[in-house]
Amino acid sequence: MRRELEVIRLGRVGYADAFAMQVERRDAILRGDATDALFLLEHSPVFTLGRNAAEKDILAGADWLRQNGVEVHESDRGGQVTYHGPGQLVGYPVLNLSPDRRDVRRYVRDLQAMIVQVLKVWGIGARGGEGDRIGVWTSEEQPRKIASIGIHLKRWVTTHGFALNVATDLAHFQGIVACGLHNVQMVTMEELVDQGPSLDRVSDAVAEAFCSVFDYPLPAPTLDISANPSEPKS
Amino acid sequence: MPTEIIMPQMGESIAEGTITKWLVGLGQPVERDQPLLEISTDKVDAEIPSPASGVLSQVLFAEGDTVEVDTVIGMIGAEAAEPAAAPAASTMGEVPSASDASPQAVGGATVTLAEPSAPGDQTLEERVRTSSSPVVRKIAKERGVDISSVPGTGIHGRVTKRDIVQYLEQGAVPSASEAAPVSATPASAPAAPQEAAASTASSREKDSASLVTTETTIESHPVTPKAPERAPSRGNDELSFSVPAYGASENVKIESMSRVRRLTAAHMLYSRQTSAHVATVFEIDMSSIVTARSRAKAKFQERVGTKLTYMPFIFKAVADGLQSYPKFNASLDGTDIVYKRDINLGMAVAVDWGLLVPVIPNADQLNLVGLARTANDLADRARTKKLSPDELQRGTFTVTNPGVFGSLYGIPIINQPQVAILCVGAIEKRPVVMTDADGNDSLAIRTMCHFCLSYDHRLIDGADAEKFMNRLKRTLVDSTWDELDPFLG
Repeated sequence: MRRELEVIRLGRVGYADAFAMQVERRDAILRGDATDALFLLEHSPVFTLGRNAAEKDILAGADWLRQNGVEVHESDRGGQVTYHGPGQLVGYPVLNLSPDRRDVRRYVRDLQAMIVQVLKVWGIGARGGEGDRIGVWTSEEQPRKIASIGIHLKRWVTTHGFALNVATDLAHFQGIVACGLHNVQMVTMEELVDQGPSLDRVSDAVAEAFCSVFDYPLPAPTLDISANPSEPKS
Repeated sequence: MPTEIIMPQMGESIAEGTITKWLVGLGQPVERDQPLLEISTDKVDAEIPSPASGVLSQVLFAEGDTVEVDTVIGMIGAEAAEPAAAPAASTMGEVPSASDASPQAVGGATVTLAEPSAPGDQTLEERVRTSSSPVVRKIAKERGVDISSVPGTGIHGRVTKRDIVQYLEQGAVPSASEAAPVSATPASAPAAPQEAAASTASSREKDSASLVTTETTIESHPVTPKAPERAPSRGNDELSFSVPAYGASENVKIESMSRVRRLTAAHMLYSRQTSAHVATVFEIDMSSIVTARSRAKAKFQERVGTKLTYMPFIFKAVADGLQSYPKFNASLDGTDIVYKRDINLGMAVAVDWGLLVPVIPNADQLNLVGLARTANDLADRARTKKLSPDELQRGTFTVTNPGVFGSLYGIPIINQPQVAILCVGAIEKRPVVMTDADGNDSLAIRTMCHFCLSYDHRLIDGADAEKFMNRLKRTLVDSTWDELDPFLG
């Protein structure tokens, strides 16, 4: 089956704006007016509560949130509570899994495999988790979490996606019980390799790995809204 | 003609989904294709559109329930249809907290937990059991079978396609292995030889947890309370005695026990027959803990994000006592005393459908913050059926707290294979005679609590129990709880 993927780089964008773009794209896909898309971006600091999150998983008080400029958003993705912020590469694939890829477990597994492939470029060993530990974890003796996953489906069109810690300020994770799991150690790529990669280079690797794992032709040219805001392809 | 809402198949290897949110209320109108509910599997949430236009006339599963694929989870009825009430379990994920002193732990023997009863003629169990998949109901209709008479091995005892096929093939006599989970009395369940008496408790706990998560584990672990080789009533026929539950002329309603109820019943009897139960009761002054808690609780809630109840203090004092008196953290294996090196505290939690005892592992290594967090988290997840089987196992001592319901104290039944259980009574103010350093007596209003320890006299003598309880008392009365200093103000 021939499919196309549009990779859209948004640069730094707020949580609400990014969500609105996903919903718009999803509706267009459901109308048959658009191809699948992969949004790549970086968020301003925000804690997001997934469907299974509890307010109590945010340990930080209102004062701390204000001082650190962290917003709190509810979200309709699966999973619990997580942090997004500068230095973290966020990917929101908006894909139509119908009719031939209708398997959420396979989709999550593929996302994990894609991230594992990206990490391999920098020599970082990692693997995907299952059940409570969905996400990508380093292959260290005490695995640390390097990427989180949370998905929403409407008629088999995906929104939300993954967040890969490239050079995230991990201190912010202390404000929450990440993913509802106590004692989860987070880690960034920067911490694991001598030459910390740039967000741009990791974005390139993600776009490439994504097309290879999900079987899309490499998109060309990629559209970078942060560089060229006026020409969204229709 | 009502339309069924079916739990969809979300992937090849996925056998069940969890309902996260009903987006439409019971009795509310809904359009075809309008988002009706959300379900989740792994970390994927999916909106499920309504299969028809009408009103949501029936909700068979509550938020947080995990349901087998292809099961009917609700009905869309015509506009005028009378909405059928959701089962009692469907408090839509919200369980009101009965008291400040949550977790609401209750005594194994002292508190009777009523089965949730559903309105109408059918019991909840019947309603759930008969809400089988369309395939099963079609077969039942064609072959003229009453589904409620077929033993179900699915989630909540639901009748699966395999059950009904087997039932028909065998002329209404299910095979022994299939019948185990639904056999009328635990004693008649086929014995699983690999299960030693000592593991009965954990298998019981495993089973009640499996009920929450998967179907397969339930089938592979029939409960086998090991009956004593010579039950007293059978040992002497002249004294054997039984009383019928009801007479022919009595006006009764009969419903079968839920699985959790049966397992609980079997375990309680087994424990009574195994341990030589003795109890001792101490009244302990909780005033210093009341002060420490009330000064710290607001900041504690703000910073830690969970409620500071009295239970963490008690858990801490108990863990401390178990370290000093390892006999209370042991089990008996025939004539061997097995000292457990880990201190894993079981905490009895009352849930809508019975009693669960999740375990705080290595409780002696946790401070008050850790104990509060772990205990509240376990209690929350027990009520929302999100515990994993692991979390109900390997307890070495149990604390139960019927005091939250007002009980002065209860005399609990030991949670096998443990050798002691502590029951916390109501924490309330009472007039107490206090004697000062000069020997002058005065009446004071103090916050007091009764603690009852049931212990197995096979291993523990009265003097041991008094030492353990005196140690508990000293810890509760004299500790200054300095670790709460960061939360003062």
